[in-house]
Amino acid sequence: MAEITLENISHSFGNVQALNGLNMTVPDGSFVVLLGPTGAGKTTTLRTVAGLESPDSGTIYFDREPMNGLTPAQRNVAMVFQQFSLYPHLSVRDNLAFPLKSPLLKTPPDVIEKKVNEVAGLLQIEHKLNNRATALSGGEMQRVSIGRALVRNPSVYLMDEPLSSLDAKLRTDLRIELKSIQSERGATLLYVTHDQIEAMTMATHVGVLDEGKLVQIGSPREIYENPVSIYTASRLGQPRINIVPADIFGNAPQNATWMGLRPEHIVQGEGTECTVSGIQRLGDQTRLHLKIHDHDIVTVTDAHTALNTGETILINADNPYFFDKSGDRIHP
Amino acid sequence: MNFSVTEPSVRTKWFAGITVVLYGLITIIPLLWIIATGFKTSEDAISYPPKVVFKPTLEGYVNLFTTRTRVNQDELEDLPPPETWYEQLVRDRGQVIASPSRYGERFLNSLIIGFGSTALCMVLGTAAAYAFSRFRLPLKDDLLFFILSTRMMPPIAVAIPIFLMFKNLGLSDTHLGMIMLYTAVNLSLSVWLLKGFIDEIPVEYEEAALIDGYTRFQAFYKVVLPQAATGIASTAIFCLIFAWNEYAFAVLLTSGNAQTAPPFIPTIIGVGGKDWPAVAAGATLFLVPVMVFTVLLRKHLLRGITFGAVRK
Repeated sequence: MAEITLENISHSFGNVQALNGLNMTVPDGSFVVLLGPTGAGKTTTLRTVAGLESPDSGTIYFDREPMNGLTPAQRNVAMVFQQFSLYPHLSVRDNLAFPLKSPLLKTPPDVIEKKVNEVAGLLQIEHKLNNRATALSGGEMQRVSIGRALVRNPSVYLMDEPLSSLDAKLRTDLRIELKSIQSERGATLLYVTHDQIEAMTMATHVGVLDEGKLVQIGSPREIYENPVSIYTASRLGQPRINIVPADIFGNAPQNATWMGLRPEHIVQGEGTECTVSGIQRLGDQTRLHLKIHDHDIVTVTDAHTALNTGETILINADNPYFFDKSGDRIHP
Repeated sequence: MNFSVTEPSVRTKWFAGITVVLYGLITIIPLLWIIATGFKTSEDAISYPPKVVFKPTLEGYVNLFTTRTRVNQDELEDLPPPETWYEQLVRDRGQVIASPSRYGERFLNSLIIGFGSTALCMVLGTAAAYAFSRFRLPLKDDLLFFILSTRMMPPIAVAIPIFLMFKNLGLSDTHLGMIMLYTAVNLSLSVWLLKGFIDEIPVEYEEAALIDGYTRFQAFYKVVLPQAATGIASTAIFCLIFAWNEYAFAVLLTSGNAQTAPPFIPTIIGVGGKDWPAVAAGATLFLVPVMVFTVLLRKHLLRGITFGAVRK
């Protein structure tokens, strides 16, 4: 396993600037999740690290060795694609053995046999080993796809939304499996997702990308509790953080234009009057849609709340975040 | 009334069934006629009304592979007794075998030129189609259009320049010349067909193979080629059928050395009267290689084996 460093990486596709001076370090043995909306440069970052794209400028280091110009094979990376991309003309066994048989590794047959069986056991696909790759369900295909990465011992594992096309149950199972495999092996893993639950539960570090730049990196809790901007604050938390004018409850610090309120920053029963505009009962929690001075906010309340739409309640802010005009965090 | 969107009505099924059978009959009757004629005697072959039931004979096939001379009864009796069944067959008709005919040779030429040009066409076509499908090339669309435009008139329209070119280059009446010519004619078709097939193979497979430690070329032959097998097989059949059946260039450019079967078969008519059974026998045998080739590749023509392993 290796430490991956991206130094000032820029890459464009035609007129689209996908990466714009990206700087990031993926420490050895860490599980780094990249978050950001579509077009933020997450997948391009993965493909650049993999060597499938060569950046217009900047340098990629694996353990301080520059990697630019080297092929994916020479970099020794393993990648799981968003699409399953199993080789349809091969059996499950041959799909799993494919990387081991490559000219790069040239593994002896008995070792291949052992490793394939080991990974198949880990991912619970032993009984499917002799199936054609096409005769599998979606979940099985994606497990084989992950397995094809796990049979190797690469410098880094790269995963591009590997769980996004699976159903909820399988996603939960594989999330736990992946995390335990990563921590057992001490593997370096760079992982792209849209799903904040994946980010919160698996990551040792979350990197937030915006328009091809890394805007914040830190532990999931750090990103959640100490966001540097409205943009990063909006990446994590459900319901999403509410952004309202800073002086909506009166006294705001100087320079503050916006206030960010997560549900835990909203105290009910004191302060300013607002109207309940909607109630969503989710079972374990109930979401309150409130209207305060013409601003909509969403918060969480007791699952069995007796409140009804149209009622008026009092709320106040407890230690919220303040942001300046451009959306950067202010520490009053 | 019961309606079903998946199950056609009985009337529709009957209509479809009868149409298919009729079409099948219309297509296959001439073929059966040729095959049958090959086993008739010369008299049966031209009898009117045509004979559907007849006593089969191998006369046509013997005549196809031999040249014969007519001898009179006395000479015939002086000869030693015939050693083989086919000599007997010829003598019964007052003839002796003079020499083997050139049909075998011509047939072999057809095999060499037909399969040679098909193989070359597949190698060049797959390589070109892969490049057109995967790489950013300058003037790609113009090049593709230019390649297609070579088929916008019948190839025989350029027969005279090709004839002169072949003469000057010493390619006239050579196997190499005919292989090159048929490859050139077929290549545009095969590049276009194969590009379509390769376009359908998601590029993710090659990227996965690159990640798995293979070079681009290894990824091409380990991952792309097996999945393009369907396309390669059907394109190869098209190419072979053209090269195999081509008549006009073969007449024009070949004679003693590299002549293929199609221009040879009609020349049988001129030898010793209109020997229709021999012509039919020649045509029947000529059908066999293409049929065998098609049957051998049939399993690759079944689509669907590669579907579903990439989710889009």
